[in-house]
Amino acid sequence: MTVFCLVEVDGDAVADASLRALTLARDLPGGLAAVTFADPPLAELAAYGAADVYVVSGIDGYAPQAWARALGGLLGGLDGLGDAAAAVPPAVVAAGTDRGNEVLAHLGAITGLPMAANCTAVSASPDGALAVVRQRWGGLLLEEAVLEAPAALLTVAADAVSAAPAAVPGAAAAHLVSPSLHAGDLAVRAAEEPAGAGGASLATARVVVGGGRGVGSAEGFAPLDELAALLGGVVGVSRVVTSEGWRPHTQQVGQTGTKITPDLYLACGISGAIQHIAGCSGAKHIIAINTDPGAPMVARADYAVIGDLHEVVPALVKALRSRA
Amino acid sequence: MEVLVCVKRVPTVGGAIALTGDGRGVDTRMSGFTISPHEECAVEEAVRLCERYGGSVTVVSLGPAEAEEQLRSCLALGASSAVLLETGGEEFGPMATAAALHSVAASGGFDLVLLGNEAADTGDYQVGVRLAHLLGWPVATGVKALSVSAASLEARREYRGVTEAFSLPLPAVVTVKEGINLPRYPSLPGRLRAKRAAVTRVPVPFTADPGLRMTSLRVPPAARRQATVLGHGADAVPALVSVLVGLGVVS
Ligand SMILES: Cc1cc2nc3c(=O)[nH]c(=O)nc-3n(C[C@H](O)[C@H](O)[C@H](O)COP(=O)(O)OP(=O)(O)OC[C@H]3O[C@@H](n4cnc5c(N)ncnc54)[C@H](O)[C@@H]3O)c2cc1C
Ligand SMILES: Nc1ncnc2c1ncn2[C@@H]1O[C@H](COP(=O)(O)O)[C@@H](O)[C@H]1O
Repeated sequence: MTVFCLVEVDGDAVADASLRALTLARDLPGGLAAVTFADPPLAELAAYGAADVYVVSGIDGYAPQAWARALGGLLGGLDGLGDAAAAVPPAVVAAGTDRGNEVLAHLGAITGLPMAANCTAVSASPDGALAVVRQRWGGLLLEEAVLEAPAALLTVAADAVSAAPAAVPGAAAAHLVSPSLHAGDLAVRAAEEPAGAGGASLATARVVVGGGRGVGSAEGFAPLDELAALLGGVVGVSRVVTSEGWRPHTQQVGQTGTKITPDLYLACGISGAIQHIAGCSGAKHIIAINTDPGAPMVARADYAVIGDLHEVVPALVKALRSRA
Repeated sequence: MEVLVCVKRVPTVGGAIALTGDGRGVDTRMSGFTISPHEECAVEEAVRLCERYGGSVTVVSLGPAEAEEQLRSCLALGASSAVLLETGGEEFGPMATAAALHSVAASGGFDLVLLGNEAADTGDYQVGVRLAHLLGWPVATGVKALSVSAASLEARREYRGVTEAFSLPLPAVVTVKEGINLPRYPSLPGRLRAKRAAVTRVPVPFTADPGLRMTSLRVPPAARRQATVLGHGADAVPALVSVLVGLGVVS
């Protein structure tokens, strides 16, 4: 059977979260097919093992229920789903992004199938059941579960699976499909607007400079902004900072904010509460700047500077400027 | 405008999560209970909408008898009625949860149903969408800004640094995220009102969702790294710069 992976396209590349979804999708039995609603980056999809690429036409922009209907159509219609002859059920996999979770929830509602959100691992047993591991509590707990359904619907936790190309590339044979939509499927659709401040987004930034209560005030962020700009990154903050109104909630890292997966997270004046760690444990490297050597953030870091961030960050900015 | 808000009773998690002996639940002997920050914001948003446009807020929770505590906190924040869909404490899956919430949502002449984007504990990311399908209403998820006019609403969220806007006819379902507002603290009169208010109780028998079965929970191994202390204060900056060069973030 086929494993369909909903692929989000970012400019002319596959979105990072979708590369992670493709990587996990390869652990499911069956041929891998990518599904896109935009021009597909075929070379990248081949490298990640896609044998087929279904390009859905006729839906302009993001319309969650229509996207779900199209994926449902690819599953072969609901009648085919009860087919007992197929030992291995088909699957639909998506990235655990706002869009991925939303589309698969619609697909679950349309088909009456269960949906497992934010999976970190999956493996098949010969009888067709799947063992899945999924995040609870924003990743603070892992749930082991058994998924036994006519088709498996799952999303992939972006911060817990790293992207890796396939050992053997796929053919990435492109097929154009036009979905048969139902009335109302296009009733809810996104109109994209340019973002306020613009720039790189927190979720995909390669470098994040984090600021917490230790920064002390809205004005205190100036050196962190400068440092982020020098490192080609963005500023992320703790919940204390957004509750104090020093920074907008769009910049919050954590369980109820954004989950980040940068190469470097430089956490300044952040204690490292578990709800914050839930958002930054996907960082490849962590450096902590904190006055308290016993802070949990320091224990979670690869490197630490013990000291006042109001002294260390400006000195670092100065040192980096003098190198340029 | 009549607004229904769905809230779930979950343990308050502080420094760490401990599991019960059988590894199938969170040990709550030492913890209090709360609702998720997303749901607190949903209640606040509903109260603000009704303050502005008139109407009233109903809160509903599917959970054990003790979930009355969470409903009363919502009443203290300005909700005017509360429904407890009372269970025997079993963990309902997202399908059974949506079905139970549907019985209340479909009955009351509501213009809008608000939920959290995901529950704090199970994080299934789907009850709102399933509920919308049962109601046959449009739905927007992950919403961080909401404005309502006579017959429609405008919902906004972030998508990779871009704002996405959705416009939905009413009645509609919207799932919200923390950041849509800053919830207020309960007032003293609010708390007194909440104490006296009646909570409607409706028993709900347990049904298991088909197909997905939790077998156990575990705490992931803490990614405790071997922190190398580069030094103290500004004296550590040269070492810090070398690390940044080593990691390839500065050339
Ligand atoms: C349900 C729930 C969800 C939550 N979701 C999130 C979330 O998404 N994101 C999040 O961040 N939090 C979240 N929290 C809050 C979390 O529990 C913590 O309260 C919060 O992360 C603490 O922020 P902080 O580290 O900035 O502040 P604090 O814990 O107060 O830590 C400040 C740190 O700064 C250090 N410091 C102070 N002054 C200086 C200085 N001059 N120089 C250097 N270091 C200094 C201190 O030593 C300390 O380590 C959530 C909580 C709950 C209950
Ligand atoms: N037992 C429940 N009672 C009331 N509302 C719930 C319940 N479970 C989930 N919800 C609502 O559905 C949202 C999404 O939950 P979930 O899909 O389980 O992540 C939550 O934020 C709540 O608003």
